Amino acid sequence: MASLPSSSAAPAVARLAAAAAADRDAEAEAEAYERAHVHGVYQAIAPHFSATRHKPWPAVASFLHAQPPRSIGLDVGCGNGKYLGVNPAVVMLGSDRSAALVALARSRLGRPGDAGVQDATKTQGEVMTADATSGGAAISDVLVADGLSLPFRDGAVDFAICVAVIHHMSTRARRQDAIRQLLRCVKTREVASGHVLVYVWALEQGASRRGWDEGGEQDLLVPWVLKSQTPRAQKKGTRGQKTNNDDVSVATTGGESSASTAPMVLAGEAAGTTTGGAVSDPVFQRYYHLYRKGELEEDVLAAGGVVITSGYERDNWWVVAANPS
Amino acid sequence: MKVLTLNFLSCAVKTCKSSSDSFPLHPKEAELAKDDVEINPQLLVNVLPRIDWAALRTTSTELGFPTLPDQPPTAEELEADEKMLQELHTLLMEMQIVEGKLVCGHCGHEYAIREGIANFLLPSHLV
Repeated sequence: MASLPSSSAAPAVARLAAAAAADRDAEAEAEAYERAHVHGVYQAIAPHFSATRHKPWPAVASFLHAQPPRSIGLDVGCGNGKYLGVNPAVVMLGSDRSAALVALARSRLGRPGDAGVQDATKTQGEVMTADATSGGAAISDVLVADGLSLPFRDGAVDFAICVAVIHHMSTRARRQDAIRQLLRCVKTREVASGHVLVYVWALEQGASRRGWDEGGEQDLLVPWVLKSQTPRAQKKGTRGQKTNNDDVSVATTGGESSASTAPMVLAGEAAGTTTGGAVSDPVFQRYYHLYRKGELEEDVLAAGGVVITSGYERDNWWVVAANPS
Repeated sequence: MKVLTLNFLSCAVKTCKSSSDSFPLHPKEAELAKDDVEINPQLLVNVLPRIDWAALRTTSTELGFPTLPDQPPTAEELEADEKMLQELHTLLMEMQIVEGKLVCGHCGHEYAIREGIANFLLPSHLV
């Protein structure tokens, strides 16, 4: 049985059993936990987070480029919309749990009539070209939705991507349900259609400086340091739990971990801002479930899907799934 | 939110999914705006088979647009009919609901649209 890490010193405040996920109380608890350690954090760090998210993951870009022109796809957990224009020939419908990130994504779409909307995240080369406006990207759209309660009708779209999202869900049942939701929204599998790409953080990150690897704790709180010099982050009224900068560590609870029960100190995470940062920079703790090798494929099968192909790319596992034919 | 997008949306409440009344969602107090999008016949022809035509007819009428024919045009008919192309292009790809609500015909839940963005987050008792 896994238990969730807590940023509080109080013992096991957010402890809940994965096996009881179907239970309503546990569901409510998982929701409340994710509200505090995922949704609230992204609302608060949205502009700063967005400013650091430009480059598409190669596996995601190649999946998008493989989709036939003028097909229609979902980007569930679209964040600031960085994938919406990667293949300007397809129509993308993006959704995210964070209204703040969806607003950034919409301004990136450059909707005419949204005069005055400035987007600091739009960089050269990402600006929609004249070519793009006559392709599917000109009619892409975004909305606010929860990945576990998606508003899209059954079989509505040709494909879906879900990048760096389901590792924020705090029980296995919820992660599998998220995949089930994605599969529900795509058409019946065809040769190059009906595919769902899911991309998650890996436990096996031997090549990174984060210090995580096989056999380690999978359920973690990962700090995000909100740098005060980021222009948009200076706004007053940024909500969220402030913690002392000394608290930049990954809190783990004992559970089945073979590691010490003491919190692991995570050096240099949060985009390398933990050293030399201003002492007053607020730190937000985001919940992550790090996927071990093979786990993502297991979750696809548990969600009723089939695995088309899967792989590993720079500290992440990915899978292309579909409904059984 | 574009009228095209509305055609892909049903109520977010799980128990509504099996009801035909949860699709399409019904615009209420909708404030519309028109984008200028270059007409792309090929895009329309490709998008057409992905559209639920009966739902689009309902939406078109509810938003005060001309009544659409009972049956969708074939790709050939659409390519040959400039008026139909322009009408569908405007309705699906240029028209946006910028303010208003979307109402589920099954549970009655209302989803707000503000500044062009629809919000489908549910209160906890509906999750």
